[in-house]
Amino acid sequence: MGVGGEDLLKFYYYLRLTRGLEDRVIKLYRQGRILGGCYVGTGEEAISVGSACALEPGDVIAPTHRDLGAHLVKGVTPKEYMAQYLGRRTGPTRGRDGNIHFGDLSRRIIGFISPMAAGIPVAAGAALTFKMRREPHIAAAYLGDGASSRGDFHEGLNLAAVLKLPVIFICHNNQYAYSVPLSRQMAVPHVADRAKAYGFPTRIIDGNDIRAVYQATKEAAALARSGGGPTFIECKTMRMRGHAEHDDASYVPRELLEEWRGRDPIEKFERYLREQGVPAEALAAIETQVTREIEEALEFAEKSPTPDASEVCEGVFAR
Amino acid sequence: MPEITYLEAIRQALWEEMDQDERVFLLGEDIGTYGGAFKITKGFLEKFGEDRVIDTPLSESGFVGAAIGAALMGMRPVAEMQFADFISCAFDQIVNMAAKHHYRLGEPVPLVIRAPYGGRLHAGPFHSQCPEAWFIHSPGLKVVAPATPYDAKGLLKASIRDLNPVIFCEHKYLYRHAKGEVPAEDYVVPLGQGDIKREGTDITLIAYGAMVEEGLQAADQMSEEGIEVELVDLRTLYPLDTPMILASVQKTGKVLIVHEAPQVCGIGAEIAAIIAQEAFRHLDAPVMRLTAPHTPVPFSPPLENAYLPDAAKIVAQLHELASY
Repeated sequence: MGVGGEDLLKFYYYLRLTRGLEDRVIKLYRQGRILGGCYVGTGEEAISVGSACALEPGDVIAPTHRDLGAHLVKGVTPKEYMAQYLGRRTGPTRGRDGNIHFGDLSRRIIGFISPMAAGIPVAAGAALTFKMRREPHIAAAYLGDGASSRGDFHEGLNLAAVLKLPVIFICHNNQYAYSVPLSRQMAVPHVADRAKAYGFPTRIIDGNDIRAVYQATKEAAALARSGGGPTFIECKTMRMRGHAEHDDASYVPRELLEEWRGRDPIEKFERYLREQGVPAEALAAIETQVTREIEEALEFAEKSPTPDASEVCEGVFAR
Repeated sequence: MPEITYLEAIRQALWEEMDQDERVFLLGEDIGTYGGAFKITKGFLEKFGEDRVIDTPLSESGFVGAAIGAALMGMRPVAEMQFADFISCAFDQIVNMAAKHHYRLGEPVPLVIRAPYGGRLHAGPFHSQCPEAWFIHSPGLKVVAPATPYDAKGLLKASIRDLNPVIFCEHKYLYRHAKGEVPAEDYVVPLGQGDIKREGTDITLIAYGAMVEEGLQAADQMSEEGIEVELVDLRTLYPLDTPMILASVQKTGKVLIVHEAPQVCGIGAEIAAIIAQEAFRHLDAPVMRLTAPHTPVPFSPPLENAYLPDAAKIVAQLHELASY
């Protein structure tokens, strides 16, 4: 797959960091130490980490709330993430928005908003800019299966297709849109069946196999970068927790979750690394580093100031 | 100074801004080969090329979203709604994505959405609407509504150069009916500044868009009776020129607010509340509003004429105010 040992360990680091941060945030939520919603992508980390690792630094991403991994790969720090969750002034939105609703254009991340699929036309617009300026970058828009029912999905894919924009679409098909299963979301078996209608290549891959995600993204990015237009990548996966942490997901059949627990993307990748002869100490060292970073991040966030009430009206407009 | 139409003023503003700033580009439906439903962008494709004059699929949310993405990347997109009525199809992108972005992330979204709005062309419920109040109510958007060619050109240039999302409401009736002098050299009309279109001492008439000309006609009639009306043209609906409004009210003590949009929660309600709160001691009469009724815009001329405020209806209201 053209990935060297260093890249493999980089994958592992970001997978572990993503899972670790989200597990920590879940605990904080349970302890009542964070307010508002708590959205994680447990079981879907390979999609955001694998795809983001396949992009170039100048490429822009429009991630979703299941894409912490992509944010981290693009340079968001654990400290910023924790400060955001705790509503601190040191977070990327300075307390104006919560959880994973943030972005940072200096790191080429377009901020996520709650209405699903809204980021798709916006990512297409970033790609349009690259095409107009003849820059070598591409845009990557992330979405879930539920988002593919919204108009912005169809409008965005179509616009990207007719203008042949350098954008790729990365779909987490995690089988549930909040409580509604795929079968009530669409009457075709794959999200890619919908995307096919727009006339560009579609791929269906195992979203729990980070190497497959990386490879598919590399190929799609190369096609987009060479003027070949968009690709749609449907990553089959499973949402292993509720829509958010307030949701126990009791509507999801237990057997389904059990089946997918056996396909955990991080465990799967660890097995691969061992097969490749990566020493256990290397993985343990990463584990230790990640744990330390998470605790430092939490400490940083908890010690950070909250925003001052006097700031409430600041910054509605750019000056 | 040459006299040109409101439509020509908008065309010139777009042309000149595109000519001097390569970040400025246009996208919308039928704006390229066809030159736009109102022919504002006629000849633009030939001059600026298809990279900068983009005919989009019929998808307002899609192309407004794309305009936002381009704005975030440092471009200066100007998106055209074919009719302001269709802007509702892009509502989510405008109020959730564009409007909130700077407050959340501190990153500018320099975007203009041109919205041809307003009635009197007998175009019915889907080609006549005045949507400005929806956007005034959404923090993070600026809303502009010029009444004259001079203001249209200067305000559109200012909107394109602004770092924020601007909803630029162009009155369709004025496109070919409003004519005026416009300087040949480059100028802007700053956003957020009203304009006293006529000075007076007895009653303040607050209007914008096509209601300004109606208000001026009404003011002339009142003047013949010895009542001098001061006409405040808002020009920008958000941010409002509150100091200008209050100064005029302090001078006259009587106010009539006229708009073509429906009354309920329209901008007239906001202005009336500001005056009641800030200038109550100066008032000699109730703050009055003359607006469209709370109905969709009807098609047939007798109905549409009944729906729209005009000079005669303004005169009737001014008489009532004068009686206090």
